[in-house]
Amino acid sequence: MIPAKFDYVRPSTVEEAVSALQQGGEDAKVLAGGQSLLPVLRLRLAAPSLVVDLGGLAELRQIGEDGDMIAIGAMAAHHDVMRNELVQRHVALLGQATETVADRQVRHRGTLGGALAHADPAGDLGPVALALDAEFVIAGSGGSRTVPASEFFVDYFTTAIGENEILTQVRFPKYTGWGSHYEKFNRTAQAWSMVAVAAALKIDGGTISEARVGLANMSSTPVRATGVEQALVGQAATADAVRAAAEHATEGTDAPSDADAAADYREHLARVLTGRAVLAAAG
Amino acid sequence: MTTTAEPTARELGRARIRKEDARLITGRTRWTDNITLNGMLHIAMVRSPVAHARITGINVDAAKQLTGVVAVYSGTDLDAEQSAIPCAWPINAEATPPRHVSIAVDTVRFAGEIVAVVVARDAATAKDATELVEVDYDDLPPVLDMEEALGDATVIHPDFGSNKWVTFPFDSVAAGATTGPTADEAIAAAEADPDSIVVKRRWRQQRLIPAFMEPRSVVVDPTGEQLTMWSSTQVPHVLRTMLGVSLGLPEHKLRVIAPDVGGGFGGKLQVTPEEILSTLVARRMAKPVKWTETRSESMLSGHHGRDQIQDVTVAAKRDGTVTALKIELTADMGAYFGLFTPAVPVFGAFIGPAIYKFPSYAFVCTDVFTNKTPTDAYRGAGRPEATFAVERIMEELATELGRDPLELREQNWIKNTEFPFTNAGGLTYDSGNYEAATEKATALFDYAGLRREQEERRRSNDPVQLGIGVSVFTEMCGLAPSRLLGALGAGAGGWEHAAIRMLPTGKVEVVTGSSAHGQGHETAWSQIVADRLGVPFEDVEVLHGDTQVSPKGMDTYGSRSLPVGGTAVVKCADRVIEKATKVAAHLLEAAEGDIEFQAGRFSVKGTDKGVSIQEVVFATFLSHNFPEGIEPSLDSEYTFDPENFSFPHGTHLAAMEVDTETGRVSIRKYVCVDDVGSVVNPLIVEGQVHGGLAQGIAQALFEEANYDEQGTLVNGTFVDYTLPSAADLPSFTTDRTETPATSNPLGVKGVGEAGTIASTPAIVNGVLDAIRHLGVKQVEMPCTAQRVWRAIQDAQGGAK
Amino acid sequence: MAQVRVTVDGVEYADDVEPRMLLVYYLRERLGKTGTVVGCDTSNCGACTVHLNGRSVKSCSVLAVQADGGEVLTIEGLARDGELHPVQKAFNECHALQCGYCTPGMIMAAVDLLGDNPDPDEQEVREGIEGNLCRCTGYQNIVRAVQSAAKAMQPGAERPAEAPAPVAGGN
Repeated sequence: MIPAKFDYVRPSTVEEAVSALQQGGEDAKVLAGGQSLLPVLRLRLAAPSLVVDLGGLAELRQIGEDGDMIAIGAMAAHHDVMRNELVQRHVALLGQATETVADRQVRHRGTLGGALAHADPAGDLGPVALALDAEFVIAGSGGSRTVPASEFFVDYFTTAIGENEILTQVRFPKYTGWGSHYEKFNRTAQAWSMVAVAAALKIDGGTISEARVGLANMSSTPVRATGVEQALVGQAATADAVRAAAEHATEGTDAPSDADAAADYREHLARVLTGRAVLAAAG
Repeated sequence: MTTTAEPTARELGRARIRKEDARLITGRTRWTDNITLNGMLHIAMVRSPVAHARITGINVDAAKQLTGVVAVYSGTDLDAEQSAIPCAWPINAEATPPRHVSIAVDTVRFAGEIVAVVVARDAATAKDATELVEVDYDDLPPVLDMEEALGDATVIHPDFGSNKWVTFPFDSVAAGATTGPTADEAIAAAEADPDSIVVKRRWRQQRLIPAFMEPRSVVVDPTGEQLTMWSSTQVPHVLRTMLGVSLGLPEHKLRVIAPDVGGGFGGKLQVTPEEILSTLVARRMAKPVKWTETRSESMLSGHHGRDQIQDVTVAAKRDGTVTALKIELTADMGAYFGLFTPAVPVFGAFIGPAIYKFPSYAFVCTDVFTNKTPTDAYRGAGRPEATFAVERIMEELATELGRDPLELREQNWIKNTEFPFTNAGGLTYDSGNYEAATEKATALFDYAGLRREQEERRRSNDPVQLGIGVSVFTEMCGLAPSRLLGALGAGAGGWEHAAIRMLPTGKVEVVTGSSAHGQGHETAWSQIVADRLGVPFEDVEVLHGDTQVSPKGMDTYGSRSLPVGGTAVVKCADRVIEKATKVAAHLLEAAEGDIEFQAGRFSVKGTDKGVSIQEVVFATFLSHNFPEGIEPSLDSEYTFDPENFSFPHGTHLAAMEVDTETGRVSIRKYVCVDDVGSVVNPLIVEGQVHGGLAQGIAQALFEEANYDEQGTLVNGTFVDYTLPSAADLPSFTTDRTETPATSNPLGVKGVGEAGTIASTPAIVNGVLDAIRHLGVKQVEMPCTAQRVWRAIQDAQGGAK
Repeated sequence: MAQVRVTVDGVEYADDVEPRMLLVYYLRERLGKTGTVVGCDTSNCGACTVHLNGRSVKSCSVLAVQADGGEVLTIEGLARDGELHPVQKAFNECHALQCGYCTPGMIMAAVDLLGDNPDPDEQEVREGIEGNLCRCTGYQNIVRAVQSAAKAMQPGAERPAEAPAPVAGGN
């Protein structure tokens, strides 16, 4: 199927992009990798008047170290994120979750920033960003601002990015030496997660000293499983301790019921998969 | 005259790599949507978003005003010409099927029904204009549930007066297939007999979508003497005749071409509204037109498959001997009939007794209209449903009796010494050897070892439980003896046609009425002809799928091509040899009776005198000194009508793992040993089995077309229909036994549907076998993780 | 209209296109590269897979204008100098296709996978082509073909005996 007509610009600087969005008004859409947007346009579920393609902004593809953060340009393709050495060394959980995004072709085009800005609650990267306290750098006409992950995800497909703003960079603190695991549960390999759990642990002398756990598709936004994290800290990573902590997985969630799974099944899965993710993260 | 190579020693049974691949792996393909003609216009359909409504108004003005739009038609514009979509097999001789319009006129009866046709210069503009067509609907109550449809629900076709089309009964005693008590009598007797057992179950065959990979596409060129239609269809010949009959067009003024066709699985065994409307528009415009569907359009409006409620009853002695089988079906027709809609469930009637010696058998099918997309043939068409019913109930019987499921089956199946055997459905199975296939399968599977592991996992309360699913099936292929089709009221015969043209240089053109869309006929038919005529495989070209090239045929479906179409090719080749023998006798100056033909050479018995078939062909081309009475042509035709169906069978074993914590099901091991008779090309046969398995497994585990309460298809895209990918399926262990069919000279039985028919019950039996000890009695298809988990929860809750 | 300059199968093209034109329709309708096909509208089936700047992409989920300045390789440009690519040969030899509709995308996906992982195990192949749907083969022979091509592409590998189908038709 063919999208409805739209105008198209491919700015070469962030400033140009922001000003194009401003001029385009309400009906302007940002095109990053296009792997979510283009199917939506093809099905004519959206018909923007203007598409602002960020594909010309080479600087937004950079992945680098910035002090004690790993800074990833919003336009970095999934494939490049998961293969990046800095990511693998310092933000392994992000790499692991990114490897499960859709399929090879989609990972070649799709971008970290695009996926996070799309904010599908079933998306793989939201719970990672949330659990790992990522920061979102957002550019607007007045310059850039930084939003913590805890404030970034607002609702279904809604983030803190304003109407005429562009997500330019996502910054992750380093979790060097942490154990991590992304546990995804879906109907078929290609399907979105019914539930997924992102877990990272710091283990000192056999005891969990810090824990980060995020959940996908358990609410209208990704959810941070703080109850689980608190219950894990100070525990040895034994099956029993982890299972007990995982019982807290549904705290603060508001699991949806849909054709894929009813809420009670999602809640059950969240507990089981949290246990599995944490145990796998503990090695 | 040239020959490129010596004929190969043995063509039949050889794993030839396929000829047709050369174009398919290089992109040199001829899909219908590739076709571009000068002045070609593009069609897009406006489809009803509602399931059941009166159309109170259509405004096409805005659409017509869009630049690039050539015409917009509503139902009233086209109604006088559109006639009706044909139903070739209504089953019910008493009534006229409700008119199946291509474009709705005053009422829509399923979401997806066409309500307006847009014609534009390009496809994008046509699509844009569809969004400008305004249709006013006055909603009627959607009738979605079959049982409600049979109750006091709104009548979908007021002219017909009922949502029940027909009840089709089969009784083995009435049909003369068995003597003694009827199934009802035998079941009643068993219920009263403490030494007998009766097991009754109800299952659902969910609604499925064929999901061929190539979306349907139609190009119609009305210029020239014959109106030419290219269509992504399985049935160019049927389509030509039906177009003629339905639209009142002279058949000789129609040419239908099925170029490369990207899969069908029954889904392209149809005469579609889009084909009719494209024809009407092309005639009005006097210009070529093209319609190509999107995937979501395909899922919504192409016919669906299955969708039955099955009530199955088996009666048996406590020693395991079965005494009666009764299958009661309620089958969802959807809103209208397609080509075979009412016949599909009935097709299972005769094969219901399957491999077993049921002394009495009854089948009854009630065909019901609902406000959903019409159903029709989908891979297996009637036989997967029947096989599921019988293989699931045999499993339930084994469970109730505490017997090993394979052992109970063997106790009741037809022994290899008992063929030919007439089953309680009245079919005569010519051959079979269930013992041999089962022995091979159990050995490959390590049946005993897996049973031990299953015990161990149960004992240790392993969170991942193991189940073994069994399905020992037979089916009927080789559609079909024309006299049987006639007796059942079908509107067509079951023959197939072939022609062979011997070209002057010794090359051969084989024209077949079978219409391949992935089955590899070009390769297999070349092997058959190379074998029969002793010409090199490379020297044979197989022509098909164009009524101008191949004027006669019944096309490809129901695993009929090789047993029927392949046999026609064999018989046709024999006619070529017969004719060539006369010429050879003349050339060799010998009596015709003294000529022998072997491996491409005619020779005089007892001498070293001989000529090659290529020499005979060339001499015939020259025919310089032919005596009177020898026709200067070796070209031949043959139309073959089978005397019987063919009956592939096999034993399928599935080791299923169920993660009891999440409900996740996975296939640990799948072994099948199929007996499809003699094999022309084992590579192709294996490929058909693999693909068949994937579709049968997809029914068991992944796929279902879901409607909401308004009658909207809610998962009509590839995002949510969850077709399995490579990452969702295992590798299968496949093997064969070869018990030749006796009903055709090749000894072949057909293989296209076997894997699909057998695997669904094997998988479901395996899932249940893994968790039955937890108290689970049933999991509906598809056995998703959520369904399995919930079944375990419910069973455990019930136990508390 | 927007301008697109793109090299496809080694030939450079420049065209004015509507911004909404998808790369796959540009290939099929403007360049006549009908070897690449459309199988769905949700970027699931992968039938339209081509390589853009050396990486596999679904050409139904890329705008033609996004390919501006880029290099596209389609199934039609895969064979070189009349010699089939080892993956094409392996698909033929292993009977990895039936109707052939998914095949161009499947082959392009497999070539991309092998460029990344020259010796994948069965699971890696299955996951590597999870973005391509096939309804005919049950995938088993596709997996076999990809692994067989991997072997054939190892340095010093010998070709199997049976000749593959010829590249050009009408031979």
